[in-house]
Amino acid sequence: MRTFLILLFFWPMPTFAQLAGPTVSADPVLEDRAREIAQSLRCVVCQNQSIDESDAPLAQDMRKLVYSRLQDGDSNEDVINFMRDKYGDYVLLKPPVQSNTYILWVMPFLLLLGGLIWFLRAGRRPS
Amino acid sequence: MMRGLLPIILFIGLGVALAISLTKDPRRLEAALIDQPFPEFSLSTLDDPDTILTEQTVKGQISVVNVFGSWCVTCNVEHPILMGITKDENIRLVGLNWRDGREKARTWLDKRGDPYDLIVFDPDSELAIPLGVSGAPETFVTDESGRIRYKHSGAISFEDWEKTFLPLLKKLEAE
Repeated sequence: MRTFLILLFFWPMPTFAQLAGPTVSADPVLEDRAREIAQSLRCVVCQNQSIDESDAPLAQDMRKLVYSRLQDGDSNEDVINFMRDKYGDYVLLKPPVQSNTYILWVMPFLLLLGGLIWFLRAGRRPS
Repeated sequence: MMRGLLPIILFIGLGVALAISLTKDPRRLEAALIDQPFPEFSLSTLDDPDTILTEQTVKGQISVVNVFGSWCVTCNVEHPILMGITKDENIRLVGLNWRDGREKARTWLDKRGDPYDLIVFDPDSELAIPLGVSGAPETFVTDESGRIRYKHSGAISFEDWEKTFLPLLKKLEAE
């Protein structure tokens, strides 16, 4: 019995995540572009999901709007800029490189460099 | 001596940085639309699908635009404040009924009282997204030229109204 229970812990549970992509599949090219844009936009209600992944009602409406803007002839950049104008930089999942994000972008490289220097110096010291 | 201190300095630095970020509310989005013109829209009123409102609605006089929905729990909390606000006849309160049904919204308002001078019906976020709305309730103040001057996220408390909204409205009137 115990072995059985323990085994049960390792039983692979199937987990399903339904993809909530745009349902209107009129134009596959536009849909691909809409998808790509949706993946780069943050769902402002759920915070750490893109609007492509999110099932939140607002994310659904945002996907619809992305698609209809593409249909109206907007470029990918136009659509992203539109959302950025409305929701601020926050809506971009990938923070843009600009004056208030330099620290964010440069820090990892500085730390890496610092670590490397520390490593080389510590390695050279006689133990 | 210096070598021993370095980790402590780093630790304190990190602690201070994290403490500062803790005081920031990640749900409070930057209001990207301040001083921008109210977005163009064309939507019907809540009660009549044939009466179409546009961005002209908020031009010509100072307006308080309140995003609400019958599904929105916090709107219940805010509602009495709005009923108080609407007693002041100089204040134009525009409702933006967001992601809701006409019937449901009407029933909700009939039960509690309707504080709005007019209500825009926006079931598909056609105006809400261009307004940068991320939740309800949310409240905007627009000036006479129809520019957005202030945005408040979450329920308006009595204190918010007295200390932030009223002085702002007074200032806008003087402009």
